[in-house]
Amino acid sequence: MGLGEFLFLLTGLKWTVALSAIGFVCGAIGGLAIALMRTSGMRPLERLAAGYIALFQGTPLLMQLFVVYYGLALVGLRLSAWVAVSIGFTLHASAYLGEIWRGSIEAVPRGQTEAASALNLKYVSRMKDVVLPQAIRISLPATVGFLVQLIKGTSLASIVGFTELARAGNIVSNQIFQPLLVFGIVGILYFLMCWPLSLYGSHLERRFAVASR
Amino acid sequence: MKRTDPQKVGCRGNAMNYALDFTPVLDGLPDLLAGCLGTLLLALGGMAIAIVIGIGGVVLRDSRYKAIRWAVKSFVELIRNTPFLVQIYFIYFALPLAGLRLDPTPTAILALGINGGAYAIEIIRGGVQSISRGQVEAGLALGLHKGLVFRLIVLKPALRAVFPSLTSQFILLTLTTSVASAISAYELTSVAQRIESESFRSFEVFGVITLLYLGLSWLMMTFFSTISTRYFSYPVK
Repeated sequence: MGLGEFLFLLTGLKWTVALSAIGFVCGAIGGLAIALMRTSGMRPLERLAAGYIALFQGTPLLMQLFVVYYGLALVGLRLSAWVAVSIGFTLHASAYLGEIWRGSIEAVPRGQTEAASALNLKYVSRMKDVVLPQAIRISLPATVGFLVQLIKGTSLASIVGFTELARAGNIVSNQIFQPLLVFGIVGILYFLMCWPLSLYGSHLERRFAVASR
Repeated sequence: MKRTDPQKVGCRGNAMNYALDFTPVLDGLPDLLAGCLGTLLLALGGMAIAIVIGIGGVVLRDSRYKAIRWAVKSFVELIRNTPFLVQIYFIYFALPLAGLRLDPTPTAILALGINGGAYAIEIIRGGVQSISRGQVEAGLALGLHKGLVFRLIVLKPALRAVFPSLTSQFILLTLTTSVASAISAYELTSVAQRIESESFRSFEVFGVITLLYLGLSWLMMTFFSTISTRYFSYPVK
């Protein structure tokens, strides 16, 4: 494998990083909305959020990407693969992050909410200043774990036809007929992205286990 | 002069006239249901291998030899930090070099098992660690054989403790089977892709099989909660 092929893989890597970042950031916004809906105490909103989560956790990511990709085209939106795939990952990440953060919001002791209400804090301030800062701390290990899952998940965008790391690997392997070498290198590149995050996640988990003992 | 983009006009017209047509999906329903069975076969086969790797890995992880412990740990880290798609491609191309010629479907089952096994090692290890040392000692003091102590006193309560995490990991494995379509193993997604490429009814086909997957994961959840009540609902204290 020459330098040119390796640089092509790195271009793919760039798109993998970009796609993961967009999916995570937009998914975080959506996920927060889902988590707040799920814990709002209003039945219809809670049902809606629970249904959304169940739908996205009960179906394969690959199908979600396909349905979003073709569904958007159906509504008449002629979007590039890049935008369609980003929307797919955003919806996917919203569901998973929403579920993780719902758990952490519920893990914050009820007394905190009650104390904040007793101090006449309204919903926004109660969430923003009291509950969420504590919930974020609790959710951190699981959130980092999901980020790793999301980075690995972006490889499925290659099946829809988006050129990121896995598809770049496919293309190069078809050119030079050394699939083991190419997919080995692709695997190492993914590993180098995910492993530090995984280590950080388990570090957080250990620290949290010590703190709550 | 103002030019209109013919492609854009065409596609806007298309979108407005588009009528959903489910006939190709209905015609392909027997094939799709067979695909569901293929998916279940992949999932159950993968889970069986994953459980074996998981339990074996947990035993080896406490091995006397540093090299074996290290090998198990690196296997877990390597699998958990790379995408399944890359793993399945790698295995697909590596097996023939190792002199093993398998069809795509057995290859996919093997890949799913290896992937799920790494996660199972991590999960089951957590359960085994939650068993207190005193229980094992008590078992040995009662004259139970070492293997029997492991099976009855360590493994069963450990599996019981981690059964919920194991269940959600295996549901995830069931959903991951769709990736096996990348090496054209026989399962629901590859059947759907064939119907789609013949009929071009992409949204209808993928929409319907998304619902089928939802049903499959529900089926798996029922399956696991049955196992849970059948084998793990005994009083602990």
